[in-house]
Amino acid sequence: MTVVRISDDALALACGADAVAAAFAAAGCTVERVSSWGMHWLEPLAEIDGNGFGPLDPSDVPAVLSGTSPKAIGRIEDHPFIARQQRFTFERAGRTRPLSLEDYAATGGWKGLEKARLLGPDATIAEVTASGLRGRGGAGFPAGIKWTTVAKAPAAQKYIVCNADEGDSATFADRMVMEGDPFMLIEGMAIAGLSVGATRGYVYIRSEYPHAIAKMQAAIRASAHLVAPFALEVRVGAGAYVCGEETSLLNSLEGKRGEVRAKPPLPALEGLFGQPTVVNNVLTLAAVPWILANGGAAYADVGFGRSRGTMPIQIAGNVKHGGLFEVGFGITLGELVNDIGGGTASGRPVRAVQVGGPLGAYHPPSDFHLPFDYESFAAADGLIGHAGLTVFDESADMSAQARFAMSFCAAESCGKCTPCRIGSTRGVELIDRIRARGGRAADKVETLPQMHNARKAARTLPDEVTLLEDLCETMKFGSLCALGGFTPYPVLSALRHWPEDFGVEPSVQEAAE
Amino acid sequence: MERLDQIIAAHAGTAGPLLPILHDVQAEFGHVSEDAIRAIAAALNLSRADVYGVVSFYHDFHEAPEPRPVLKLCRAEACQARGVEALAAALPMQDRVKVETVYCLGLCSVGPNAMVGTTLHARLDSARLNALVEQMA
Repeated sequence: MTVVRISDDALALACGADAVAAAFAAAGCTVERVSSWGMHWLEPLAEIDGNGFGPLDPSDVPAVLSGTSPKAIGRIEDHPFIARQQRFTFERAGRTRPLSLEDYAATGGWKGLEKARLLGPDATIAEVTASGLRGRGGAGFPAGIKWTTVAKAPAAQKYIVCNADEGDSATFADRMVMEGDPFMLIEGMAIAGLSVGATRGYVYIRSEYPHAIAKMQAAIRASAHLVAPFALEVRVGAGAYVCGEETSLLNSLEGKRGEVRAKPPLPALEGLFGQPTVVNNVLTLAAVPWILANGGAAYADVGFGRSRGTMPIQIAGNVKHGGLFEVGFGITLGELVNDIGGGTASGRPVRAVQVGGPLGAYHPPSDFHLPFDYESFAAADGLIGHAGLTVFDESADMSAQARFAMSFCAAESCGKCTPCRIGSTRGVELIDRIRARGGRAADKVETLPQMHNARKAARTLPDEVTLLEDLCETMKFGSLCALGGFTPYPVLSALRHWPEDFGVEPSVQEAAE
Repeated sequence: MERLDQIIAAHAGTAGPLLPILHDVQAEFGHVSEDAIRAIAAALNLSRADVYGVVSFYHDFHEAPEPRPVLKLCRAEACQARGVEALAAALPMQDRVKVETVYCLGLCSVGPNAMVGTTLHARLDSARLNALVEQMA
């Protein structure tokens, strides 16, 4: 009997995988539901004896089974999109059934945890430190150093918190780990627990990911005996983007408003319920089993500069071949967008690529030489964040995108600090005036005699642009966390690279800088 | 109120129980009422202001029930790049179906996307999205 493998990842389901699976079953095939290969433009993708067919709808099934389907893509693992990758974290993607303990163990699962139990806490942390693994949530803080801090902190109870509040647009790697390979995340958390002396772990998953929540809960139940005495629990977010910030997430876990905490104290010393806590992103923890099983040195062998190992890059937006592409740091932005992503889905020229989610900068094609690495993007006034790329074609209006960045910050601000709470709203108003090309006269209050410091002269459009730059400066350096602090990245990058969309000449803009 | 007491009791042993309780209350009753806030505050030894502060902070908790079926439409950058704004501007039946904006469903390579309950819809164009909304109305 023919065995057909189809993903049950949320993205495949959204593209109609269940109906395709049902059609194969009705045709007498055995259908296995596996994780996704990450070639999203081909979903729903069916695999028969290693050969792929996609994107399918139920009417394609007879042709696939008779060998006449024009949607055949050949052997999946030889497909250039897969063959060019270097998959460490996603080595099981597309190959295993997500909730099968048998599949997990047969593909090297639990080897990292066994090794950690053999090595003991200190040597385990030493492996993670040697791997050069940096926090994959965006900040890029070395995982080994964070773990060492927690391990050395004396406390009766410590916690491992997995940040699965993947709210950035263009990111879905965390979701794919939880839905496609949940035991790997559990293993990584158990290794972290063993290393720092924590017996409890929480996975904080955003409520927009119901499928990931269900898979993680099932996986935690199925593997509880394998990771004991480490005990895990899923907690569900409630639609607040800011809860992806680690201290806000901890407050939310404690049952409070998701307001950001001032640091210090560091969560590593006073985190969840005031106890020493490791807060790591899904991808950070999911990289750990591979590192333990293969050695930190093998991981550190791959990479670029101070960015070691691989990064699961998420290619999204208006792109022809979107999906998950895991590769060693150092690949250029242009290769990702043009060679791998195939350019825009609309076929029009690329105008901008936003790297790192809603708080990341917009890059023009003239930045396509940039190697994908934390330091190179920082040097180009950008960031790689959680490694999501959103491609825009030439129809994008960059002042509208800058306005959206401000309005997003206003909608999602936790309200604790003024630059973010008020600055974002003033930013929206200011960009609206710039978009109207108006300029502005001093208003009634500003002209009052007692308003000594208020400007009395009318503001021209270039004045308004300068004011926007000032506002961004205040938000960047005055905000408590990355939400207010990084919103200036998309705004200023849009202004710098596409001044014509703001009605200013490039020369005026440069003079203002 | 009996059901409310059961929900609160079910989380008795939970560390940081407020969000799990509020999720269950929202799922059961479709909103978190003032009476519910009062009962939860009393059970957890919090002030009503504390509980109200949490309810009002999170987008998922509502103080009043929503009579219309809800469609969550992603309008974040990746879906914008794939044209969601044009679709959102021309939605039919807004009086019969509540269209809520969400920022990201994590399907960013196949947008525009929407979610109804826990069912996801990808690769929406105006015909498919409008048909979905009309079918819900």
